[in-house]
Amino acid sequence: MSALHIVNKSPFERNSLASCLRLAAKGSAVLLFEDGVIGAMKNTKHSDAVANAMSDVSFYVLGPDIKARGLNDGNVIDGIKVIDYDGFVDLTTEHKSVQSWL
Amino acid sequence: MKFGIVINEGPYTHQASDSALQFVKSALAKGHEIFRIFFYHDGVNNGTSLGVPPQDDRNLPNEWSELAEKNGLDLVVCVAAAQRRGMLDEDEMKRHGKDSNNLVKGFRISGLGQLIEAGIQSDRLVTFGD
Repeated sequence: MSALHIVNKSPFERNSLASCLRLAAKGSAVLLFEDGVIGAMKNTKHSDAVANAMSDVSFYVLGPDIKARGLNDGNVIDGIKVIDYDGFVDLTTEHKSVQSWL
Repeated sequence: MKFGIVINEGPYTHQASDSALQFVKSALAKGHEIFRIFFYHDGVNNGTSLGVPPQDDRNLPNEWSELAEKNGLDLVVCVAAAQRRGMLDEDEMKRHGKDSNNLVKGFRISGLGQLIEAGIQSDRLVTFGD
């Protein structure tokens, strides 16, 4: 089992998503939540970095945090799975450790 | 599965306390055990009894307190972080000669050993912060 990385800041505010993607091992998962959901949106200058990382890492985004920001599930980059808090809990159990990128 | 939760950010700052609360509620609903919730750094402010948020806003310290009472959760506030920020229980109040205390029911003050223990005893340690 691999690690779950959780990123809670927008890539426009911090470089935590970039750091995470640079160091996340092949086969691990990344969950974007809180302001981190901005990193899951299509057509931003960070979208390509996320799309390119998808060959090695699986991506998830927290749906309630997308809605809380007035954003739309339809603008999520193809291949990123939208989940709720139950899905968040399941992800933590399915991976052997949880790394918060604070 | 057994979870340990760490909260490093105060209430009403960004979203750490809210996210942790939703995560814990979901984990409990799924039948998981919450071994301990450790409040560290500015996170200790989640334990204040003196906050008076507007009536139509959530009262995070009370929500934690009520969730703890209902589910027998162990809410631990780091003593060193708490002392710096003016978070005192009755014992600490007396020990430091202060005239009031402000820890919400259900929280207790203890040390970093409790965080280490949570890391050892829990299957997963999830940190929420800034």
